[in-house]
Amino acid sequence: MKRWTPFEWIAAIRFLREGRTQTLFIVGGIALGVAVIVFMSALLASLQTNFIKRLLASQPHIQIIPPSEIARPLRVGVAGVVQAPIVQKPTQRLRSIDQWQSIVLQLARRADITNVTPTVSAAALAVRGDATRSISMTGIDPDVYFHIVRIPDYMVLGHPTLTSEQIIIGTELASDLGVTVGDKLNVTATNLMARSLTVSGIFDLGNKGANARSTFVALRTAQSLANLSGGVTTIDITVADIYAAEVIAQTIAASTRMEADSWIKSNAQLFSAVSTQAMSFTTIEVFVGLSVAFGIASVLSVSVIQRSQDIGILRAMGASQQQMLRVFLLQGGLLGVVGAIVGSAVGGGGLKMFHTLVRTADGSEIFPLVLQPSIFVAAIALAAVTGVTAAALPAFNAAHLDPVQAIRG
Amino acid sequence: MPRTLIQCKRFVADTTAVLRLDQVRKSYEVGRPAEVEVLHGINLQLNRGEFVALMGPSGSGKSTLLNIIGLLDRPTSGTLFINGQETDRLNDAELTKLRSRSIGFVFQQSLLLSAFTAIENVMMPMLVGRRFPDAAMRERAHALLAEMGLADWEDNLANNMSGGQQQRVAIARALAMNPSIVLADEPTGNLDSASADTVFALMRKANIDNGTTFLIVTHNTGLAERCDRIVEVVDGRLVLTQHPVLART
Repeated sequence: MKRWTPFEWIAAIRFLREGRTQTLFIVGGIALGVAVIVFMSALLASLQTNFIKRLLASQPHIQIIPPSEIARPLRVGVAGVVQAPIVQKPTQRLRSIDQWQSIVLQLARRADITNVTPTVSAAALAVRGDATRSISMTGIDPDVYFHIVRIPDYMVLGHPTLTSEQIIIGTELASDLGVTVGDKLNVTATNLMARSLTVSGIFDLGNKGANARSTFVALRTAQSLANLSGGVTTIDITVADIYAAEVIAQTIAASTRMEADSWIKSNAQLFSAVSTQAMSFTTIEVFVGLSVAFGIASVLSVSVIQRSQDIGILRAMGASQQQMLRVFLLQGGLLGVVGAIVGSAVGGGGLKMFHTLVRTADGSEIFPLVLQPSIFVAAIALAAVTGVTAAALPAFNAAHLDPVQAIRG
Repeated sequence: MPRTLIQCKRFVADTTAVLRLDQVRKSYEVGRPAEVEVLHGINLQLNRGEFVALMGPSGSGKSTLLNIIGLLDRPTSGTLFINGQETDRLNDAELTKLRSRSIGFVFQQSLLLSAFTAIENVMMPMLVGRRFPDAAMRERAHALLAEMGLADWEDNLANNMSGGQQQRVAIARALAMNPSIVLADEPTGNLDSASADTVFALMRKANIDNGTTFLIVTHNTGLAERCDRIVEVVDGRLVLTQHPVLART
């Protein structure tokens, strides 16, 4: 018993130690609750990271496209004359973004944008012998574009190089057309311009549809095939904070007068599913947290009754109401922190074991394990706050116990 | 303890009032039809170094009086002075501070803190008061336990000690802050006669050595007669304040 250790700490620790069975049970309960929270938080973080990684593997965070063409009546309204024009929606032809070079320069200067690259997206037909497949041809500058969509990470054959005579295709298309690296295939644009391109690489994006349709060619090749010399149809962007993509897209749209679609908007339903999943996890965590809080509160309430005589003696010896309040608040905080440390270890270890044991059919991991230290720090801090909060009422009761009644027992 | 020595001590006690009660009344259920007054205008003065027995039948108001003197309860009316300080207008924090500094308690059951060892129990009032360096705190607790003949028991938990030993630890604890007055509520009530004698003698020794005033609630007339003075409470009134020698005659 050292003087540098305040009385409150000594009393709180001794009281918990003396009722060690009770303390062990409640620490076990808190640990279990925290373990569930840590396990679920880490699992959710891992699943979300994996999901978003896969989702953004084949698309930019924001895509800028020219504004849709609209038709408007040319006749100006005359006072007193009623008009009834029929305005037909125009077809959207392939157009270049006006002044795209200055837009790219303007966007490249923004701190919240990490990569900007112009691309040409056009529909085309891939033909080899009797086989014809419709494809989505994307003309890219590989040096920048591969920082946005990491095609090199998904290459299964060949190399992600693109000269003006080369094309990179997906595994499904390669299979449908019976081509492999080094083979040639004819690409015919919708304007009937055609080129014979050599397959330089084959990728697998993990999505059958994307593997069947997506193809990549050099920007100049796409411009030539789409008859857009010097023009681009889209500007692809990655941002530092992927969850801020929609807000950034809106500012871009406002400043450039172009249409800017974020990945959040383009995948609204999927994003909503992720948000719903996160919300359900949070709801479960809140209820687990509440049960932990009630557990701490009930144990400390019983402890106040059990210790009422001790409280009375301490008050008679000169312990103030504030000191008694702190003794029980500290007990709540200590229970929370110790339970959280044990629970964090159990939750983290449990997830690691789950990740090791549960595998896909080919033995690869179902999701990459993400154990962020912030989850543990947050769990411990939250448990401490929960412990202190849960202890508030019992501590108040202890502090306001009538010493005379308490001593009498 | 030789009675003559104690009686001599009675006469060397100085006349500085450690405790004074003026017209102290205590009622319960104040303002209600069922209001009950348990203390009816108590006047009492204890001087420094006095060793006083408080007697009276059960339910007469002894414990209520002791709680008021110990600043654990407040009188409904009247004034209580501790070391000349009026306590009426003190708030709870100030009363706690005054209690910690001036008053020691010994209860019928020793009421030690079971989570702590004997020496830690004695150190506790000093630790709560935060006014002693660590080494001094331990040294004083050790010295007090040695005086009580418990030097070899200081690291034992209270539960592992006999009733008499626990009561001696409680006396050491009551003396830890060197209080002006020690209030003992039937300190020998649960002890056999040998242990009761030892406990009584130790309290008397502390009274003589340190000049600490003692107010002891007891039903034991034998022990009361060995005190300097007997104060008797009957039905909430102080009916007799007498010297034991005079009481016997």
